[in-house]
Formats: sequence, structure tokens, C-alpha cells
Amino acid sequence: MSQILAGDDLHKSFGLTRALRGASIVLDEGEVVAVMGPSGSGKSTLLHCLAGLLTPDRGEVRFAGRRIDDLPDRERTHLRRTVFGFVFQFGQLVPELPAVENIALPLLLAGRRRRQALAAAAPWLSRLGLDGVGERLPGELSGGQGQRVAMARALVANPRVVFADEPTGSLDSVAADEVMELLVDAAREHGTSVLMVTHEPRVAAWADRTVLVRDGVDALGQRLGMASP
Amino acid sequence: MTVSYALLGLLKGSSRHGYDLKRSYDRRFGEVKPIRFGQVYRTLSQLERDGRVEVVGVEAGSGPDRKRYSITSEGVTDLDTWLGEPEEPQPHRQSVLFTKVVVALLSGRSAEHFLDVQRARHLDAMKALTTARRNAATTQDALLADFQLFHLEADLRWIDHTESRLAALAEEVRDVPDPRRR
Ligand SMILES: Nc1ncnc2c1ncn2[C@@H]1O[C@H](COP(=O)(O)OP(=O)(O)OP(=O)(O)O)[C@@H](O)[C@H]1O
Ligand SMILES: [Mg+2]
Repeated sequence: MSQILAGDDLHKSFGLTRALRGASIVLDEGEVVAVMGPSGSGKSTLLHCLAGLLTPDRGEVRFAGRRIDDLPDRERTHLRRTVFGFVFQFGQLVPELPAVENIALPLLLAGRRRRQALAAAAPWLSRLGLDGVGERLPGELSGGQGQRVAMARALVANPRVVFADEPTGSLDSVAADEVMELLVDAAREHGTSVLMVTHEPRVAAWADRTVLVRDGVDALGQRLGMASP
Repeated sequence: MTVSYALLGLLKGSSRHGYDLKRSYDRRFGEVKPIRFGQVYRTLSQLERDGRVEVVGVEAGSGPDRKRYSITSEGVTDLDTWLGEPEEPQPHRQSVLFTKVVVALLSGRSAEHFLDVQRARHLDAMKALTTARRNAATTQDALLADFQLFHLEADLRWIDHTESRLAALAEEVRDVPDPRRR
């Protein structure tokens, strides 16, 4: 399997808070990796640096072999819209848009025609057991339904990497299993890689591999010699 | 104990031979440890002596499997009582994890290292169970895997929780050799 995303010796501080202190991680094509670790250990910061939402102070991020942390904003935004997908704990759906348009959003942002985008989004509704709720606004969905819409939105443009920060954080165990099954199936089907932060061992157990972040470094890798290759 | 009630439960549907009971038992409950024929027949004789099952037919030939068993009304009452009673919660399932942490600190070893290797082992086991669960042919198989997953998850949560409190524990173990004798 070939490497799709790599972060090498990443450092990031917010004022005096050193959120990342030399974290390294590698994600292979089609690989699902869980990132665990105590609250405040730098998991979200790591995810955001890898996804180009934050610029690391030091270190490198490479996507498909190409350095991306030093790209100009416009190019990074383009990359995020075309090859990355995002899911966060609270779906972060656009409240004014019905579910199906929320799903279609990445396609619209990437310049697809409205009709085309909506046609591509529609099949995700039944695939996710969301038949009949496509026209509802996010405020009219249950937490689990909203999270599935967010998952569809992350996957609709067939991204190379999905970044998920606590994707099951607000769900009960049955809904969490459904969301994870969807994510892992999509990864298997399209060779999508997934990097997900989670506190829940049952969710992490869906991943091919778990990375433990402690105090801003990859602790499991360092201590047990299981570091990303 | 549990085995006799499992057999009573299986007999509740219809009368059966011992061999048939063993097969049903293994299919439903035997994933961890299949039941031996000897145990099936021993349990059935015990249940028969207690009046909870009775022999309703003996076929010609030899061997223990000629008898056909059926549950009695006492057996049904006993089964209902058992099903209606809560089991004692067992909070000490893997207290060896706890013991190892304290012993590590007492003897000046790294409790963190133990917790790390234990975490890795637990995560591996959970990964295997998650795969088994995804491939489970029946809801019963999936729920058995879930049962194990939730218990391992509880251990893991305790491991994470403890790891973040190790400094306090280490200090306590060092300063107060035996808190109960102060
Ligand atoms: N935008 C920010 N401004 C200032 N400090 C920040 C910012 N983002 C994160 N931090 C700090 O950096 C550290 C790491 O935060 P981060 O969000 O990466 O942790 P985390 O591992 O995701 O925690 P949690 O499990 O609670 O989500 C924390 O001390 C946090 O307060
Ligand atoms: Mg976070």
C-alpha cells in the first residue's frame, strides 16, 4: 500500500501552549487510523495541521508525496475541497440548507452544476437510511440523522482522505456503529483513507491501526516502537 | 448452575435427546467453551433427580442417548424464578489490572509501561471482536461480540483514566506504605 498522507515532526503552539511537539504520523491509501489520547493532548490540532486547516510552526505535511503545508491559501483551500472530506462531532451542517443540499455542498463548492450535484447527493439518502428527510433542515433532524448527513457530505465528492474529529461523539452506541460501518465501508470500496479522532475504544476498534497522542507527540509509536513506518 | 438452566431453557420448547441438546447448546452458548457429552448427561440426571426434567421416552438399543427428556412443571417454575432474579454485579472481573498497577508502583517499576502494553493488547482484542461482529451471521453472534466489546472497553477506559492519575497514585504509594495501618 502506498502512502497518501504524512506529517513529519509537526510543531504547533498557541501562545504559550505547545499543542504539538514533534508529532509524526503516516496514513496509507485506504487505511483507517484512529487517533486517541487524553483531552488537550493535541489530537484536533494534529488533524487540523494535516488537513491544512492550520499551518504548523515546524515540520512538514505531505499529500501524495507533495508538500502541502507551505502552499498558498488558495491552493490549500482547493485541495481541501477536492481531495479531503471532513466530519466533526457536531455535524456542522449549514442550518439554512435542507439535508440533501448539505450533502451536495462539496460538489457545488468544487464547481459542479446544481442539478448534477443534487443528483449525486440523492442516492446517499437511501444509502444512509435517510429516505424522506432530504428536504428537512438540519434543525429538524435527530443527532444521529444529522451525523449521517455530515458523513454523506464528507464522502460525496469521493475524497482521497476523510478527516473525522469525534464523528460519533454525540451518538448512542447503535447510531455510532452505523456511522462507523458506513465510513469503513466507503473506505474499503473507494480506497479512501480515514483519519479519525475518538475517545471511544469501541469506535477506535473499527480502525486498522490506533495512534496514541500524549502531550503533543505520538506516544504509542514512541514507547512501543510501533511508530508509523 | 448456568448450564442446567440453559438446558431447561432448551427443553422448554420441546422434548429432546441428550445429543440434540448438546448440539443446540454449543450452537447458542458454546462459542467460548463447547459443552462435553458427559456434562450434558450428568446435568440431565441431576435435573431428573430434582424432578425438574423427566424421561418421556426410551428407545431400543444401548448407550446413553436412548432417552428423551422433557421439562416438568417444577422445572418451568424454577426456570422462571431464575430468569426473574437479577444476578450479582461482578465489578471485579479483571482486578489483576488494578493489582499490577499498584504492585508496579510499590516495587518501583513503570506502571505506565504496563498500562501501555495492556492498552495495545486490549485494542487488538477489540479490533478482532469488531471484525467478528461485522461478519456475524446472526444477531445473537453479534450481541455476544458486543457483550465482550463493551467489557473490554470498560477496562480500557479505566486504563486511560488511571494513566492520567498515576502521578497521584505513585505519590500515595510511596508516602503511605499501607493506608489502613496508619
Ligand atoms: N485555537 C486555539 N487557541 C489557543 N489554544 C488552543 C487552540 N486550539 C487548541 N489549543 C490548545 O492546544 C492544546 C491541544 O488542543 P487540542 O484541541 O488539539 O486537544 P485535543 O487532544 O483535541 O483535546 P480534546 O480531546 O479535548 O478535543 C490544548 O491545550 C488547547 O487548549
Ligand atoms: Mg479535540
